[in-house]
Amino acid sequence: MSQSIWPWLVLMTSALPGLVIFFIPETRRTLRSLLNVGAALVKLQLVGLLLLGLYAGESYHWQLPLLPGLTLSLKVDALAGLFLILSAVLWLLTTLYAIGYLEHSPHRSRFFGFFSLCVSATAGVAMSANLFTFVVFYELLTLATWPLVVHRGTPQALAAGRVYLRYTLVSGSVLLLGAVTLHALVGTPEFVPGGYVSDADVAQVWLWAVFVLLLIGLGVKAALVPLHGWLPRAMVAPAPVSALLHAVAVVKAGAFGIVRVMFEVFGIEFAADLGMADLLLGLAALTIVYGSWRALFESDLKKRLAFSTVSQVSYVALGVALAGPLGAIGGLIHIVHQGVMKITLFLAAGNYAETLGVHKVSELSGVGRRMPWTTAAFTLGALGMIGFPPLAGFVSKWYLGLGAWEAEANWVLAVLLVSGLLNAAYFLPLLYRAWFESPPAQWPQAQRLSRVFETHALLLFPPLVTASLVVLLGVLAGLNVTSLGWVQWLVKREFAL
Amino acid sequence: MNEVVYLYGALGVVLIGFYGLARAGHVLQQLLAVNVMGAGVFMLLLALATRHTPADAVPQALVLTGIVVAISTLALGLALIRRLAVEARQAEKRSDQEALHD
Amino acid sequence: MTEWGLAALVVWPLLWGALTLVMPVRWAALPGVLGGVFFGTWVLTWAPQSVALGGWLPPLGLSWRLDGVSQFMIALVAWVGGLSSLYAWWDRSLPSAFWGLWLGVWAAMNALLLTADVFHFYVTLELLSVAAVALVALTPGPAATRAAFRYLLVSLTGSMLFLLGVALLYGRYGVLDMLLLRDAMQGDGITALALAVMTLGLMAKAAVFPLHGWLPQAHAKAQTVVSAVLSALVIKAGLYGLLRLWLDLFAPLTSQPDSQAGWVLALLGTVAIFWGGYQAFRTPALKPLVAWSTVAQVGVLVLALALMVEATTRDSDGLTETLWRGWVWLVAAHALAKAGWFLAAGTVQKRAGETRLAGLGVALQRSPLSVFAMALAVVSLAGLPLSMGFLGKWWLLSLAWELQAWLWLAVSLLGSLLTLAYGWRVLNLGLSTGHGAEPLTPQAPLQTVPTRLDAVALILSALSVLGALGGYWYWEAGA
Repeated sequence: MSQSIWPWLVLMTSALPGLVIFFIPETRRTLRSLLNVGAALVKLQLVGLLLLGLYAGESYHWQLPLLPGLTLSLKVDALAGLFLILSAVLWLLTTLYAIGYLEHSPHRSRFFGFFSLCVSATAGVAMSANLFTFVVFYELLTLATWPLVVHRGTPQALAAGRVYLRYTLVSGSVLLLGAVTLHALVGTPEFVPGGYVSDADVAQVWLWAVFVLLLIGLGVKAALVPLHGWLPRAMVAPAPVSALLHAVAVVKAGAFGIVRVMFEVFGIEFAADLGMADLLLGLAALTIVYGSWRALFESDLKKRLAFSTVSQVSYVALGVALAGPLGAIGGLIHIVHQGVMKITLFLAAGNYAETLGVHKVSELSGVGRRMPWTTAAFTLGALGMIGFPPLAGFVSKWYLGLGAWEAEANWVLAVLLVSGLLNAAYFLPLLYRAWFESPPAQWPQAQRLSRVFETHALLLFPPLVTASLVVLLGVLAGLNVTSLGWVQWLVKREFAL
Repeated sequence: MNEVVYLYGALGVVLIGFYGLARAGHVLQQLLAVNVMGAGVFMLLLALATRHTPADAVPQALVLTGIVVAISTLALGLALIRRLAVEARQAEKRSDQEALHD
Repeated sequence: MTEWGLAALVVWPLLWGALTLVMPVRWAALPGVLGGVFFGTWVLTWAPQSVALGGWLPPLGLSWRLDGVSQFMIALVAWVGGLSSLYAWWDRSLPSAFWGLWLGVWAAMNALLLTADVFHFYVTLELLSVAAVALVALTPGPAATRAAFRYLLVSLTGSMLFLLGVALLYGRYGVLDMLLLRDAMQGDGITALALAVMTLGLMAKAAVFPLHGWLPQAHAKAQTVVSAVLSALVIKAGLYGLLRLWLDLFAPLTSQPDSQAGWVLALLGTVAIFWGGYQAFRTPALKPLVAWSTVAQVGVLVLALALMVEATTRDSDGLTETLWRGWVWLVAAHALAKAGWFLAAGTVQKRAGETRLAGLGVALQRSPLSVFAMALAVVSLAGLPLSMGFLGKWWLLSLAWELQAWLWLAVSLLGSLLTLAYGWRVLNLGLSTGHGAEPLTPQAPLQTVPTRLDAVALILSALSVLGALGGYWYWEAGA
């Protein structure tokens, strides 16, 4: 197998600047920002080129043997490309946002250093070409995000970090155990569409054991109920971190891992035969309803969004577990769509907190008049989540619905319906409050961050861009160049259609 | 017959050293107990040497080496004990002076 | 040629160590350290061999043996020792007596790793102990003296037990050379007794539970760089001895299919992992935390040994490449990480003029390099990817899996989590900004400590992480 340097470059474009940023003095703001944004742009460029090459039939593969029979292996395939482009676009926007958000706070070099490492780890998760490599980057992601979660250093932040570590490190051990067990049973070959365990001569009980171990390991980051407890608590982190954790990095790494394991370790048909897909389907459905239900009762805006994440990320697992091509399209496309919608919501929520000191749902009254642009972005994100046509979320739900129909799982349709209603129930009153109620005489902690715009320009534009993506990915879904076209292409290969 | 007496005697001395180490309250006693143990081991080696005629030279060489090693470790132990005593005295003096100042 | 090289491994540091007494100390220490690193690296290119010293063949003469295990261990001593020496070179608070003793430790380590004669092994053990005890005693004050004396007593007792075993073996077989002994080995009572007392002696030296009591005090009270080399290297001498005894010398005895003795080792290792980890989690000061962590990590290495012994009872290949390479790799991961952690911890304590964790907050935040070094060390010790510790843990878990030893598999996973738990205590403090209940105010103004000391700690920890990239080279080098 010929070595291609590209996957390695994709890793390094964020890892190296990250390491350099650690050593930039606090006061050199311009230098740090230039490096940050420059690296993000280069990475975006790289990923774009790789996607073009991939579409033209190129393959990119980079390997480093570590132990006999154990190789660190990176590969850009269609699935990796999907996650890579999502993380590259959103990293750029979140970095811009974070530069504005953290303008006057301490320890910025540390923050941006870990921020970049976190994106590298995400890219590594995306490009992992075997289970061993996946475990490596999955754990690295934990390590890189912890300092971000506790960044504020307050007792609440430290407590949240403790909870976060407890969940992720224990689940990391479980994942490792699963990987070692599978390694001992069938070795660690590359991920391959259709999976590699089905033709191995291994007792079913062992395969089930491995599956449960891997599912626990991945389920914590993917916030499957009952393993979701860390996510709402991690909300004390700064807004760009929450955005990154929820939309791109952590929860997506878990969901993405589930996709890899179901499609390319076990093979979806084999997993369905053994009943593993049914277990996943049940868990995902439970999580979707439970998350939405809890979101209904959260009075803190970020916490409500967090429970919404718990619910929405499981759409990915749900789509995969339906074990049919249409469901798979719905699940995979939701990796991108949920990311774009959720980051819009979190960035907008961050703007409310930063500009007006608004944290509670009850304080949102009339915020649409004070910050119309931000609220417009928030509205698009929320409507997308509910699944209004023609926004991005509608496309996901449409395909998920078709997939459930195809799989003759009518109860899943009911789950989708209930969840949609609950989404509406916790988002619509909030939108009504924001647009139609009158603003209070005084905001909790108002700051004037910009003379021209309603808030700091760097805080305003990223959510506007992602909000327009929410619209575009929905409206232009018929074009080959958008996420839907890509995912259809990808799913055709997985199901050999 | 003699050999057996020496062999078991040697093991006995080792055990006495052990017992002494376990029971000793003073650092000097502890150090001595370890040396008693060493003497037991050397005695064992010498008893083994007597099984041959003429006596086996290797164990004798081992014992000689062992004694040299044991003496140097004993010296180090004594030096440490002495330092302990000095430091204890200094600490006492300091606390006396502090008591005067108070 | 390499015969002279082997001699130089021991004679060179010993010679310059002695010269520190008559020359300006640093003038003698510099060539001693540089030569030690040079020979210790060069050794990797030499062919495995046996050398009869002075042309005297066993059973009468002493023989030295260079094999894969000793090659890599000597190189490890050279690199960890060399970097620790760099720290010592820049650490102006260190008494000059350090250099002679440290070079003595180095020479004794190399001799111990080379020797193939059980009695000579005893002599080198004793040499090592004397120099190591004296190193602990470099710290002024009654607490350090008491710790040093306790270390001496345990060490001496251990040596005596080892010597007792040597005497028993000689009485039974009439030879002292390890290879000759192994070939003659029978499974009788005297031999078993010899194995038991020698193991006990080495366990005392390596601080294997329940004989670990001396370690936390001795390692915590010693000078920073002394703690680092003691924890990283000196206790490994005892563990290396255990490896030689259980998997080489007494292999005919321990590898019998019905031998259950390995489980005793595994049990002790397990208890050490949990007890050491628990103590590290609750001890109030930084360096004792790191020292207790050593107790736990020794447990991991003993557990690994036990699994290896178990593996040799299952098939007749004896100490295979995979087995010893995995174990030495684990040892190296621990040595690098622990040296880095101790150096970083000592530097932070110096900066704060304080040992309690609670009072270290500000100093930790002003020492980003040291905090980074500690983080990397914890990552490697806990076996998180991608570090040497991770590959070591992967090897250990695979081994446990092959043996279907589920209990020990679970133990090593839990041990890793425990490592993270006590490592977290330190790192958490480094990230805390202290709004709220406990504001971070330093008890005293921070001392000025040069940043290059933090940098050395970081290099060591970084090696314990980046070393993973050399895994393939290491595993395939001999195969």
